[in-house]
Amino acid sequence: MQELQDIVAKAQAAVESAQDLQQVDAIRVQYLGKKGEITEFLKQLNNLPAAEKPQAGKAVNVAKQTLQQAVQARTILLKEQQLQAELEAQAIDVTLPGKGQNMGSLHPITRTMQRVSDYFSKLGFDIAEGPEIEDEYHNFEALNIPETHPARAMCDTFYFPDGKLLRTHTSPVQIRVMQNLEPPMRVIAPGRVYRCDYDLTHAPMFHQLEGLMVDETVTFVDLKGILTDFLQHFFETDLPVRFRASYFPFTEPSAEADIACVYCDGQGCRVCSHTGWLEVLGCGMVHPNVFKHCDIDSEKYLGFAFGMGIERLAMLRYQINDLRIFFENDVRFLEQFK
Amino acid sequence: MKFSEQWLREWVNPTMTREALSEELSMVGLEVDHIAPVAGVFKQVLVGHVKSVEPHPDADRLRVCQVDVGARELLNIVCGGANVRVDLNVAVAVVGAELNQEFKIRETKLRGVLSQGMICSSSELGLAETSEGIMELPTDAPVGKDVRDYLQLADYTLSIDLTPNRGDCLSIAGIAREVAAITDTQTTPIKIKKIAANSKAIFPVQVKASEDCPRYVGRVLEGIDANAPSPMWLQERLRRSDIRSINVVVDVTNYVMLELGQPMHAFDLERLQGAIIVRRAQAKETLTLLDEKAITLTPEDLVICDEKGPLALAGVMGGKDSGIDERCTTTKIFLESAFFDPVRVGVRARAHGLQTDSSYRFERGVDPQLQVDAIERATALLLEIAGGQAGPVIEVANKKALPAPLEIVLRPERIKRVLGFVVDDEKIESVLTHLGMHLKSHKVGWKVTVPNYRFDIQLEIDLIEEVVRVYGYARLPEHEPNARLDASDIPETVLSLRRIKQVLVDSGYQEAVTYSFVDQKIQGLLTPDEEPLTLVNPITSELTVMRNTLWPGLLKTLLHNRARQQERLRLFEAGLCFRGQGDALQQERVLAGLVTGNAYPEQWGMCDEAVDFFHVKGDLERLFAMTGHSHEYEWRKCEHSALHPGRSAEIWGNDEQIGYLGAIHPRITQKLKINQEIFLFQLSLSILEKVGVPEFKELSKFPAIRRDIAIVVDKSITAAKIRQKVLEISGNLVKNVQLFDVYSGAGIAEEQRSLALGLTLQHPDKTLVDDEVNTVIERIVSSLKQEFNATLRN
Ligand SMILES: [Zn+2]
Repeated sequence: MQELQDIVAKAQAAVESAQDLQQVDAIRVQYLGKKGEITEFLKQLNNLPAAEKPQAGKAVNVAKQTLQQAVQARTILLKEQQLQAELEAQAIDVTLPGKGQNMGSLHPITRTMQRVSDYFSKLGFDIAEGPEIEDEYHNFEALNIPETHPARAMCDTFYFPDGKLLRTHTSPVQIRVMQNLEPPMRVIAPGRVYRCDYDLTHAPMFHQLEGLMVDETVTFVDLKGILTDFLQHFFETDLPVRFRASYFPFTEPSAEADIACVYCDGQGCRVCSHTGWLEVLGCGMVHPNVFKHCDIDSEKYLGFAFGMGIERLAMLRYQINDLRIFFENDVRFLEQFK
Repeated sequence: MKFSEQWLREWVNPTMTREALSEELSMVGLEVDHIAPVAGVFKQVLVGHVKSVEPHPDADRLRVCQVDVGARELLNIVCGGANVRVDLNVAVAVVGAELNQEFKIRETKLRGVLSQGMICSSSELGLAETSEGIMELPTDAPVGKDVRDYLQLADYTLSIDLTPNRGDCLSIAGIAREVAAITDTQTTPIKIKKIAANSKAIFPVQVKASEDCPRYVGRVLEGIDANAPSPMWLQERLRRSDIRSINVVVDVTNYVMLELGQPMHAFDLERLQGAIIVRRAQAKETLTLLDEKAITLTPEDLVICDEKGPLALAGVMGGKDSGIDERCTTTKIFLESAFFDPVRVGVRARAHGLQTDSSYRFERGVDPQLQVDAIERATALLLEIAGGQAGPVIEVANKKALPAPLEIVLRPERIKRVLGFVVDDEKIESVLTHLGMHLKSHKVGWKVTVPNYRFDIQLEIDLIEEVVRVYGYARLPEHEPNARLDASDIPETVLSLRRIKQVLVDSGYQEAVTYSFVDQKIQGLLTPDEEPLTLVNPITSELTVMRNTLWPGLLKTLLHNRARQQERLRLFEAGLCFRGQGDALQQERVLAGLVTGNAYPEQWGMCDEAVDFFHVKGDLERLFAMTGHSHEYEWRKCEHSALHPGRSAEIWGNDEQIGYLGAIHPRITQKLKINQEIFLFQLSLSILEKVGVPEFKELSKFPAIRRDIAIVVDKSITAAKIRQKVLEISGNLVKNVQLFDVYSGAGIAEEQRSLALGLTLQHPDKTLVDDEVNTVIERIVSSLKQEFNATLRN
C-alpha cells in the first residue's frame, strides 16, 4: 500500500503545480482515467485474498476521492484565476466622464414659483391666470383705486396709446376670479407684473404670486396662521414671522409680513438695515368695496388676499444679491439651479 | 415725513427710547425707515466772532482772521472761505477739536502763517451734504458757546414712510396724536393764540368755486421786515425736515405746515391788484410758477387770481410774479390758509406733472377745521420775528361743501367675525377714544364719530382696522383656516406646463426669463411686417415694444452669453406674446426655444457635431409624444420672415397651426454678426396642452414580420408622403414604417435620393405567411413607382 500512497502524493503534487485546466485534466486522466494508475489498483483488487479485500478497497477509494477532490479544487481555483484575468483585461477607467446630453435647468423664478404653488396647492388652492395687458378697471378701479386715489401714484404704470396698461400687480386676477366663480373659493395667481422703475433694487418687470380665499368664515387670524405656516415651510425653519399694519386700497385691515432676517438670524445686518427683519409679503382682508365690484355680499362672505414678490423670495432662499441677474439669463447663473 | 425727534418730544414724550418708539410706529403702520443723527460727530466747535480779516501774504485765496471765541486771547486762523468777513459769527473748531472722529485740529502753519483752529463749513459739521463757503451764524449767536449746544444738535431725525391713507400724519401734531394713542400718553400741543388785529388792513376775497374751495382764510400783514433772518432754531427744524430756508415769510409758512399740517402760501400784497379771486381757470390762461415753469391752464384747474389773472395753482404751487421776491423788499403780505378739495388738487397736480409738499398734503387730506388756527400761528411767528401789524382774519366758507363729520356704526360681533378673535369692549372703546373718535352706545354696538382729519376712515371695516392695528397684530393668535375640503380638479386631458418644462430641462435645455418688452430693432428684423404694440412710456429706448414672439428675448440672451464665450446654448422660455392692436389684441401663451452650437456637450469618444434641424425636431417630438396624438402632427415647409426658407417648418396638428421650427434666416444672423446656425422654435401652449386620454388596443397574439426596402426617388418627394402612401396601400397590415437610412451621392442621380424603410407587418387574427407578405410588399413597391416614380434600389 505504500506504493498507492506514493502515487497519491505524486499525483497531488502534480495537480497543485498544474498551470491550466488542460494540465489538470491530463493529470486526472493519468491517474483516474480508464487506464489511470489508481484505476489500475482498483482492477487488481480482485486478485487479492478475500480477507484483505475490504481494507485494500477502502484504501483505494480513499486515494481516489482524495485525488478527485484535489482535481476539483484545482479546477475551481484555475477557473477563478482565469475569470479574474479576463475581468482585469476588460477593466475601464471609471473616472472618465459620462456621455450624452447635459441636464438643463429651471429658472430660479420658476423654481421658486413652483415651491410656493406646491404649498398652496396642498391646501386646496387652484391656480388662476389673467392677462398681462390689463385695463384700468381691473388693475385699479375694481381694486378700490379710483383715478383720483393717491395710491395711483404709488405704482408707476406702463401705458399703451389706447389707455390699456401693463398690470402693476397680480391683484386684477382676484377680480376676474371673483367675478367668474361663486364662493367659497381658494385660488393663487402667479405671474409677471410691471412697474416703470429701474435701479439696483427695482426691475421694470418682476413676478408676484397672489392668493385669495373667500368663504363665510375666513378671518384675520386665519390669514396670520396660513402665511406664518407658509413662510416657515418655504424657508424650512421655524423662523419668527411678524405682521405690521400697512395699507393697500384693496384690503382692510392690511398688513405686511416680515421674517427674521435669514442672513443674520434677526441679529441685524446690512441686508436687513440692522432691523433684524425682512419684509416679504403684503396681505389683508378683502375690502368690502372690492367685494361690491364683484357682486359678492360682504356681510355674508369674508376673504383674505395676499401677494408676494417671487424674486424677493428667491433672493432670500438662494442668497442671490442682485435683482437684475434674473433677467440677464447668463447660463453660468442658470446652471446653478439644476 | 422726516422730522426732528426733539420737536416731536416737545409735543409728546413717552418714556421710551427712539428705537422702541420707532418700532412701535412701524408696527402700527407708520413705518420708520431711517433714523439718523442731525449732525456729524464733532466736539470742541465753538461760536466765534470774526474781528479782523487780512489777506494772506503768500496765498491769494486764503485770509488771515482774528477770531474771538470767548477766550482771553483772539485766535489767529487762516481761512479759505470766500464769505468770511469782519463781524461775522462763525463755527470755529479750536485746537483739540475733533471732526468726524478722525480729523484732529492742531496748531499749525499754513503757508508760513500761524493758524490756531479752523472756521467750519456746514458740510464739515455734517449739517449739509454740500456747502459753499463757511457757515454763517446769526448775529445774536453767543460767542464762545459750544455749537452743539447752541444748535441743539443732540437730536435725531426720524423718516416715516407714510402710506397714502395717512395724510393726517404729515405733521408733528399728527404724529404726536398717533404716538399718544399708541403709547397711552398725553400730548402737550402748542397753544394757538388768537392774534387780535392791530391794523385795519384787509384785502377782498371772492370764492367763486366754493365746491373746490370750501374754506378760504386770509390775512394782511403790514410793516413787516421780510429781510429779517429766520432764527436759527426755525432754520434748524426746517433743515431737519429737508426744507431749505428761503426767507422769513416762506420759512414761517413751511414751519406751520410741518407743525400743524396746513400748507400755506404768502403773496406779496404790493404785487396784487384788486382782490383775491378763487375760481376755475379759463381755457388757455397761463401761469408761470415759482420754479419758472410756465403752464397752460384748463377749466379743470382751480386757481387763485387777482383782477389781472392767475397768481397760483391752488394747493399746488404759487406763481413767480406774486410771491415774495428775492430781494424781500416788500412790507405788505397776504397770507393764505385754505381747504381745497383733495381730489381736485391731486388730479390737477398730476395733470401738470407736479408734486409739492403742499399738493402732497392736500391730496391726502388736510383737516378742514385747521385753517384759522394755522393763520393765527403763522401770524404770531411772523410778528415776533419780522415785526409789523396784522389785519383781521378774513374767512370765506361754504359749510355745505366742507366734509361733514362722519358717523359709523361699529358692531363688536363684526369685529369678532373679521378678526376671528374677541377684543374686549373696553379696549375697543379706549383705542378709538385715544384716536380722537367719539363713541355713543348704539343698539348693535357703538355709533362712532370720526374726527375731521381722518379722511381714511369711511366704513365700519376702517374702524375695525384701527382697533386691531393699535391693539397690535402681534397680540392676535395664529390659526389654521377652517376650510372646506374640496379637492381640485385633476384633468387628464391637460398636459401641464410644468411637465413640458421638465421634459425640456431633462433634454438639456435651460429656462430663460426675458422681458416682455423688447428692442424694436431686433424684433423688426424678425417680424418686419407686423405692427408692434408700442409702450407710451418705455423704461429705456431699447425696451419700447411688446414682444410678438419670444425670439427677440432669446436672441438677446444669446448675444449676452456669446459675449461671455458661451457658444453652445439650449434655451427655452414660456410666456405671453402680444399680437394685434386694440380690440384685436391677443395675449397668447407660447413656448419658445433657441438652440445653437454643438448637438452634444463636448465629450470624449464623439466627434463634435453641430446641432441640426432634426436634433431639435427630435426634442419637440418627445413633447408631442406626450400629447397622445403625435401621429397627427404634420411638418410642412413654411415661409416665415425670420426663418431660413429651406430649413424651417410649420407644425400642424388637427388642422391647427401649433408653431414653427427652423434655422434663423442667414440675413438676420449676418446682421447680428453671428457666424453659426441658430435654430428657433415656438409652439402655442394652448394647443400643445390638449392631450388625449390613452385608449387601450388589444395586443396581437401573432408574430410580427419585418421587411426592409430601399427606394430611389426624386428629392422633392417628402418622406412623409411616402410613409403615408405605404400605410394607405397596406390596408392596416403595416403597423410601423421605420425610416432607417437616407442616402444621396455616388450611385444615385443628382436630383434623387435613396430612402430605406423598415416595414413591420402584423395581422390581428392570424400568422402571416410569406406569400401574403410578399404580395403586400409588391403592391407597395408598385404603387410607389406609379405615384412617385420610385424604383427599388439594388
Ligand atoms: Zn440681517
